[in-house]
Amino acid sequence: MGKRSVVPFGPQHPVLPEPIHLDLVLEDEKVVEAIPSIGFIHRGLEKLIEKRDYNDYMYVIERICGICSYMHGMGYCEGLERIFDVEVPDRGKYLRTIWCEMSRLHSHMLWLGLLADAFGFEALFYQCWRMREKILDMFEASTGGRVIFSVNKIGGVLKDMDKNMLESFVKEFDAMEEELKRLSDVFLTDYTVTSRLKNVGILSKEDAILTGAVGPMMRASGIAIDTRKLGYAAYGDIDFDIITSNACDSFARCEVRIGELFQSFNIIRQAVKQIPDGDIAVTVKGNPSGEAFVRLEQPRGEAIYYIKANGTKNLDRARVRTPTFTNLTPLVKILQGCDYADVPILVLTIDPCISCTER
Amino acid sequence: MAKGMKFTGFALKNLFSKPATYGYPFVKKDYKERYRGRVAIDIDDCLFCGLCARKCPSGAITVDRAARTWSIERMGCVQCANCVEGCPKKCLHMENMYTEPEANKVVDTIAGKPLPKKEEE
Repeated sequence: MGKRSVVPFGPQHPVLPEPIHLDLVLEDEKVVEAIPSIGFIHRGLEKLIEKRDYNDYMYVIERICGICSYMHGMGYCEGLERIFDVEVPDRGKYLRTIWCEMSRLHSHMLWLGLLADAFGFEALFYQCWRMREKILDMFEASTGGRVIFSVNKIGGVLKDMDKNMLESFVKEFDAMEEELKRLSDVFLTDYTVTSRLKNVGILSKEDAILTGAVGPMMRASGIAIDTRKLGYAAYGDIDFDIITSNACDSFARCEVRIGELFQSFNIIRQAVKQIPDGDIAVTVKGNPSGEAFVRLEQPRGEAIYYIKANGTKNLDRARVRTPTFTNLTPLVKILQGCDYADVPILVLTIDPCISCTER
Repeated sequence: MAKGMKFTGFALKNLFSKPATYGYPFVKKDYKERYRGRVAIDIDDCLFCGLCARKCPSGAITVDRAARTWSIERMGCVQCANCVEGCPKKCLHMENMYTEPEANKVVDTIAGKPLPKKEEE
């Protein structure tokens, strides 16, 4: 029976993109238990809904997080569009889909870089982020911002992407896909990477269902559920597969996210081919009254938005249930029994976005 | 043996190619046309209605109708462009340069021309 000690992990740690605290109970290099505590970045953004006009709150909700910012804005707008019972024009839906997929691309590239950094492969980290810079430049050209886009409004989108811009993006994505194939070859076959990722942090299919995993964490354990199949925005008209893996370890999660990257390129190509001409937004006037429940597929998993309006210009409630919040329970499960040196990798495989978790 | 050498191609290519970063400040960055840098106003068209101050999510804009001034706290602005969308006279626009770091919180106040005096009958 070894000696137990408690080691604090976080909130400041080089591998964490955002602050989370874990108390790790160690017994001779093996983690026996992990006790998480969150609350370091709580800003009270949900309380602010009572003080801001529902139109202006759009700009607050997209600043919940820097990585998932586009879809927070989109979830809020979709909720209010359901309350107002307006339909976004088709071109607006396709533009939203293209920006969603570009958002997924940049988020997964960020994650790949952070994963490489977690096991010390800094050169690979910088290669991934150099590719990500090209996506951020495309965001700057189309929306005006690199990280926070401010391009959604209730009833549609604010800016248009004309044919030339869309085709130049597709050309850049083609070049990026070639480079990404060689980069993902390093991730999937290089011995230094696979020896840190294979058989580390196994979450079986039953455990994934019991603990409530969502997103790539769940799909890497063999469960084929993707909220994009619900058909919001233009996803109903686009053909794509759900990427799963049966290996249930960290390597499987890396595989699933890399697979989703290539799939996003396909989705964007289909959307650019099929995008119709027309308006990009409808005007919405008056005050909302009612409630709406929207589910979106963020890069990290399924996010749920609950909007409740009472007829005045301030909403009653805008609740966001983010995927990282649900993925904290599987994190605690996979940390039990792992080696101390694997803790940073396991924390990163859930793709933690703690700013989203505590708004 | 080849299993561990996948990254060598990238490493050698990077050794002999130019850096991926701009040589700022010697090379100026060319911002894209839609980049949201700073808010600017054409004060001659402004009605001082105060809609932009109401729309600002962070409360950075203050409009004084009586004194005919429009002021913005530069560090409070989050460059969301809600004021630009909402201005009825379209006298606000986003400029293409980023907000520079400052040591103090700067409030830029721009005063409009005084109204022409009406002749008393």
